[in-house]
Amino acid sequence: MSDRIFGFFGLALSAFYFWATSIIPDSFMIDVVGPRAFPYIVGTVLAICALYILLRPDAEPDWPNLMNFIEIVFATAVMFLYAWTLSKVGFVIATVFATSYLTWRLGSKPLGSLITGIATSAGIYVVFHLILGLSLAKGPLGF
Amino acid sequence: MEIFSNLADGFAVALTAQHLLLALLGCFLGTLMGALPGLGPANGVAILIPIAFTLGLGPVASLILLTSVYYGAMYGGRISSILLNIPGDEPAMMTCLDGHPMALHGKAGEALAISGIASFIGSFFATWGLVLIAPQLVKVALLFGPAEYFALFTMAFATLGGVTASNQAKSAFAAALGLGIAMIGSDSQTGSERFTFGHIHLYDGIDFLIAIVGLFAISEVLIFIEHHQGGAAAKSSAKIGKLIPDFCIFKRSIGTLVRSTIIGFLSGVLPGAGASLGSFLSYSVEKNTLDRENKTFGKGDPRGVIAPECGNNAAAGGALVPMLSLGVPGSGTTAVLLAVLLQLNITPGPLLFRNNPDIVWGLIAALFIANFMLLALNLPMVGLFTRVLLIPTRILMPVVAMISFVGIYGLTGSTFDVMLMVGFGFGGWLLRKLGVPLVPVILGILLGNEMEVNLRRALQISDGDWSIMVGSPLAIGIWAIAIAGFVLPIFFGKKVKNQMHADHSEVEMEEVIEGGD
Repeated sequence: MSDRIFGFFGLALSAFYFWATSIIPDSFMIDVVGPRAFPYIVGTVLAICALYILLRPDAEPDWPNLMNFIEIVFATAVMFLYAWTLSKVGFVIATVFATSYLTWRLGSKPLGSLITGIATSAGIYVVFHLILGLSLAKGPLGF
Repeated sequence: MEIFSNLADGFAVALTAQHLLLALLGCFLGTLMGALPGLGPANGVAILIPIAFTLGLGPVASLILLTSVYYGAMYGGRISSILLNIPGDEPAMMTCLDGHPMALHGKAGEALAISGIASFIGSFFATWGLVLIAPQLVKVALLFGPAEYFALFTMAFATLGGVTASNQAKSAFAAALGLGIAMIGSDSQTGSERFTFGHIHLYDGIDFLIAIVGLFAISEVLIFIEHHQGGAAAKSSAKIGKLIPDFCIFKRSIGTLVRSTIIGFLSGVLPGAGASLGSFLSYSVEKNTLDRENKTFGKGDPRGVIAPECGNNAAAGGALVPMLSLGVPGSGTTAVLLAVLLQLNITPGPLLFRNNPDIVWGLIAALFIANFMLLALNLPMVGLFTRVLLIPTRILMPVVAMISFVGIYGLTGSTFDVMLMVGFGFGGWLLRKLGVPLVPVILGILLGNEMEVNLRRALQISDGDWSIMVGSPLAIGIWAIAIAGFVLPIFFGKKVKNQMHADHSEVEMEEVIEGGD
């Protein structure tokens, strides 16, 4: 069933790709092939493969149960949030929270996760920013 | 003898204090990453690419650092195979078969030492193979026109899954997905905006490093979270025992070493084989020639450790041949190394050998140096690396994620790109669950524009006549290989793959039985 849904989405994706290819504007420079030919080929391959997957699905993959799936979605959301707040609160604070969350969800105790978060954040800041001179996101507090 | 003078120049480039230090650092980090389950060579190199660039290392310096990581990871994979029966990376799977039984018999140190030396011999001679064969292949590559290059790229995709590919439709889907992503941004020939939908961040296209780090590193973190694998790989510090091997073993297994090096090297060079197949073939050949009655192999025969380790390290060297001389990688890790070159604005291929001999030969010299360093690191210091296995992944994986973030943010300075990377991470997790391989996606993103440019150039030459794509014997030959490489696994893939896994689970079964005694 998963592969059928996947194949269906693949077909939808290739249809979208065809549509997006068809609206590529021509520019004042022109070559024999044009900017649309190769994307059409790619879209065709995409559609054929999706159709094959739809019609000849593999055995059902080993999906996580609902709890674990929510776990994955939350972890992704936390990482998104991390990226989004990075420039607002600065690298050090954002990293403490993101690392603590991930460490906690991988099985550390809450206090242990917080310590890991602080240590990771400080460690990366010292090694990559102070020693190696990489630019990290600056927050209102200057770090 | 031109080769030797080139090589001497290479050593002159590589033997500076900074380069040696970077090679040492790379070897050390590489062995660490190879040893840790979940952080293979491709992952390790991918995470370090953005860091190497933001640090402002020059092309030669970054290449030396990252290829040392690549060689190091190939060495490191064996450590957890032998001690824990968990392959650190895929090519190290076959090392479990005899390495772990040796460890169970209290000969872990010996197994580690033997495999370390076998790795050294395999990669040392494979690096010589690279020196001798790559310049020859470059001469062939000079005959290639755009149509042949287009066919060659297609062949790279068609054979990427190798003989073990389980579902070719999914591999091809992955490749098309990658190519489709590569099309985003302004068209290199005419400047038309493609698939940007007026979004300013997309005008330049999607940086392949964002996709690579997201697909490899972030999706790996998600896999660990899904399975709640927070514990350490090893429960307690493993007893290693004596480290000095019986050198007579090597005298007795010269045949094994020679055969495994050749088989490994060839599977590295040939499209669609790679290190995993290299170690599998070396092991099977040795098993069939030395142990027909199934008496010692799989029960802790040192030759069963030598063959796969020698084979997979030889394949690592061999895989650099097509990558450097044609610009066509044959495996995930070499695809990542290609990303390194592209990021440095170096186009691999014949022109690289002609225009930047210092880079090519400096790199090759660095490989020799790295090899000796790895031997030195891996024999006396193997105890240190085994202790790394005690670090729990609940601390390790978040650190890996954060270093990936730091690298991408440092490279682009844009939070949009970091979010995009997380998106790739989730997408990568989903695709992995569905059994869609990620390497073709990455190769598609890397090669997409180059492939299109060659197609358009070919048609420009023929004035729009598509028959130029099969217009020369060379092109027809490449297409034939591509089609064969794509179609054959449909019939034989399952068989080979089952064989590989059957061998592996056989050992696990025996362990259960032994445990029951």
